[in-house]
Amino acid sequence: MFDSLTSRFGATFSSLRSRGKISHSDLDASCSQIRQALLESDVALEVVESFVAEIAQKSMSALATIQSGTNQANAIFEIVNSSLIEILGGSARRVRFAKNPPTVIMLAGLQGAGKTTLAGKLAKFYADQGNTPLLVACDLQRPNAVTQLQLLGASINVPVFCPEAGDGVGDPVKVAQEGITFAKAKQYNMVIVDTAGRLGVDSELMSQACEIRDALQPDEILFVVDSMIGQDAVRTSQAFLDGVGFDGVVLTKLDGDARGGAALSIATLTKRPIMFASTGEKLSDFDIFYPDRMASRILGMGDVATLAEQAKAAFDGDTSKKLEAKFASGEDFTLGDFLDQLSAMSKMGSMSKLLGMLPGNAAMKKQIENFDDGEIVRTKAIVESMTPHERADPKVLNGSRRSRIALGSGRKVSEVNTLVDRFSAAQKMMRQVRSGGMPAGMGAMAMPAMAPIRPQSAPKKKSKSGNPAKRAIEESQ
Amino acid sequence: MALFSKLIAKIKGENSFAPTDWAELEIELLASDLGPTLTRDLLEAARRVKSENAQEALAQALTSHLTQKSRLPIINQGGLSVVLVVGVNGTGKTTSVAKLAEHIKASGASVVVAAGDTFRAAAVEQLQTWGTRIGVEVISGKVNADPAAVAFDAAQRASAMNVDYLLIDTAGRLHNKRDLMNELEKVKRVVEKITPICEVLLTIDATTGQNGMAQAKIFSASVDVTGIILTKSDGSAKGGIALAIESELDIPIKWIGTGESTADFESFAPESYIRGLLT
Repeated sequence: MFDSLTSRFGATFSSLRSRGKISHSDLDASCSQIRQALLESDVALEVVESFVAEIAQKSMSALATIQSGTNQANAIFEIVNSSLIEILGGSARRVRFAKNPPTVIMLAGLQGAGKTTLAGKLAKFYADQGNTPLLVACDLQRPNAVTQLQLLGASINVPVFCPEAGDGVGDPVKVAQEGITFAKAKQYNMVIVDTAGRLGVDSELMSQACEIRDALQPDEILFVVDSMIGQDAVRTSQAFLDGVGFDGVVLTKLDGDARGGAALSIATLTKRPIMFASTGEKLSDFDIFYPDRMASRILGMGDVATLAEQAKAAFDGDTSKKLEAKFASGEDFTLGDFLDQLSAMSKMGSMSKLLGMLPGNAAMKKQIENFDDGEIVRTKAIVESMTPHERADPKVLNGSRRSRIALGSGRKVSEVNTLVDRFSAAQKMMRQVRSGGMPAGMGAMAMPAMAPIRPQSAPKKKSKSGNPAKRAIEESQ
Repeated sequence: MALFSKLIAKIKGENSFAPTDWAELEIELLASDLGPTLTRDLLEAARRVKSENAQEALAQALTSHLTQKSRLPIINQGGLSVVLVVGVNGTGKTTSVAKLAEHIKASGASVVVAAGDTFRAAAVEQLQTWGTRIGVEVISGKVNADPAAVAFDAAQRASAMNVDYLLIDTAGRLHNKRDLMNELEKVKRVVEKITPICEVLLTIDATTGQNGMAQAKIFSASVDVTGIILTKSDGSAKGGIALAIESELDIPIKWIGTGESTADFESFAPESYIRGLLT
């Protein structure tokens, strides 16, 4: 997401940097480019105007004190960055835990925003941190919303309080009350309440939401909003703020390609922080919303922090330890280990999603969009078509073995050759790194695995700087 | 929403528009999610309008952007008509399938629906509940079954049952997920081994912004969308993006969902919709 915004900002700043000295007219031109980019991204007009005015004003005073053009461009970049962070909610805010448990979180939003799925994600997120959440099914409107929540709860071993079957039957206010009583009696330390989707203009349902709120006395009301929402974000978020009120915002479906202008609009207009971001269909595709990381992403600076965290989570303890031990004992990294890494990488999710988090200019982003995730599958197929002996010692791969592997994996012999060549190069590099005394923890992270799955159009193998993924990880260490 | 009322009043009142008035009009057009391109075109048309028949002229300008294609359902006369309903998560596919099924049933034709959303928890049950409510048979497979297999079985059974319509619900998917789009293409491909698919309907949530265009483009390229269902248009958003999609991609808006009950569903009538915008 935000890709178009990113490329716009990229173009704007590279044109600014090319100036010897930035004039007021250069600044005006940049501001109008930024304005256009934000408008095309569904940011509400009033938000755009105030954002651009703020940037123009701050930049103007910065220009007066800094002389060289490059430094001026960097200063403006910094101003835009910090303004974005500020709008997106400053430093990430966490859920306020109640002094006397349970901490009660109520979800509210339009139909189809993703409340029920989010309830499951929140429950998993907090259960994983050692809390004991209880899900309460107050969406008695949508057919089988209750069943959906029960299934989600069962899949993550979180109990679901659902005295009513739903489907239009039952009183959500009563369920809310009973849910709290139940949670207190059973000593759950957290209650997450799913509610029915409702429109901002539906005053009847909005007052029902207020009754649920009054019954729950929630510590946090989270407004769940689809990141693809358009200009209506303004009216709807205002209607929810005036209607039931909310303390924080959750952006869902952020794994889509929506430019996410809604995030800026809602945060600015409601003065409520965006607290969580939901980024996929699995219950684990969920994280705290980091305004600084999001601003970096918008500005094309990448999101290395998230990438590093995901890598750490995906390369599970066993694989990493095995590799580290291998590395320390001086054993060679084999194609078998490579296969383990490839599997771990597929666990991390789509490669294009991962690469999208890396810093880089718009041109590279474009290439990433075209990245073929099938490459991992094909590479795995090639390695899996090798015998264990061949995986351990690729040197035995003669012509006939290679053509057998090509046949077995359904790839061309030339592709097998490329893989083996790149692997040998990576293996050699690993040996050098080891003799250079790099920390052992790098074992799993050095990822020679990245080399063979570089986009085909990239220039053939070269120095480490040609591998942005690896470079970024090295830099982030 | 009286989108153009201000403009009409202004045009009727005076001949010249101050630049600030144009700016205000632009804001109103943008605020309805019509998007920058359509907004610019309409502004140009508005600039050419002479006073008296301003409303008429604007209605015409907007109408001229609409498709020439028929908004009638495409059917397989005398045989089984298969309708595939696709769209992004949470845009209202399952509800629309139920509404459409009831609509067809009310017209006297026979219909069965297939629960092709085997991914989301309780999606099959959601459709089954609807099926019970409206008295329509729901064909379903196992949870996490291959949706193409479910659709294939449904097509076979519907053919054998001699019904007039088969509506296939599918799992919500973001259009930028290539593997999920491939899965959808497979659903269409295997169903067409049994019987041609007459219609592929894309659900567009009225609250969606400019991303709706990307959704329509990619779904269309994948499974050749033949019509749009504009959902949730009973809220404060009026779904200008659907008009923008129709204008740019020549895909007719066929149905419009206006509430939570199955009766809140009607054929899209562009004249009254535009009249609604212009008054």
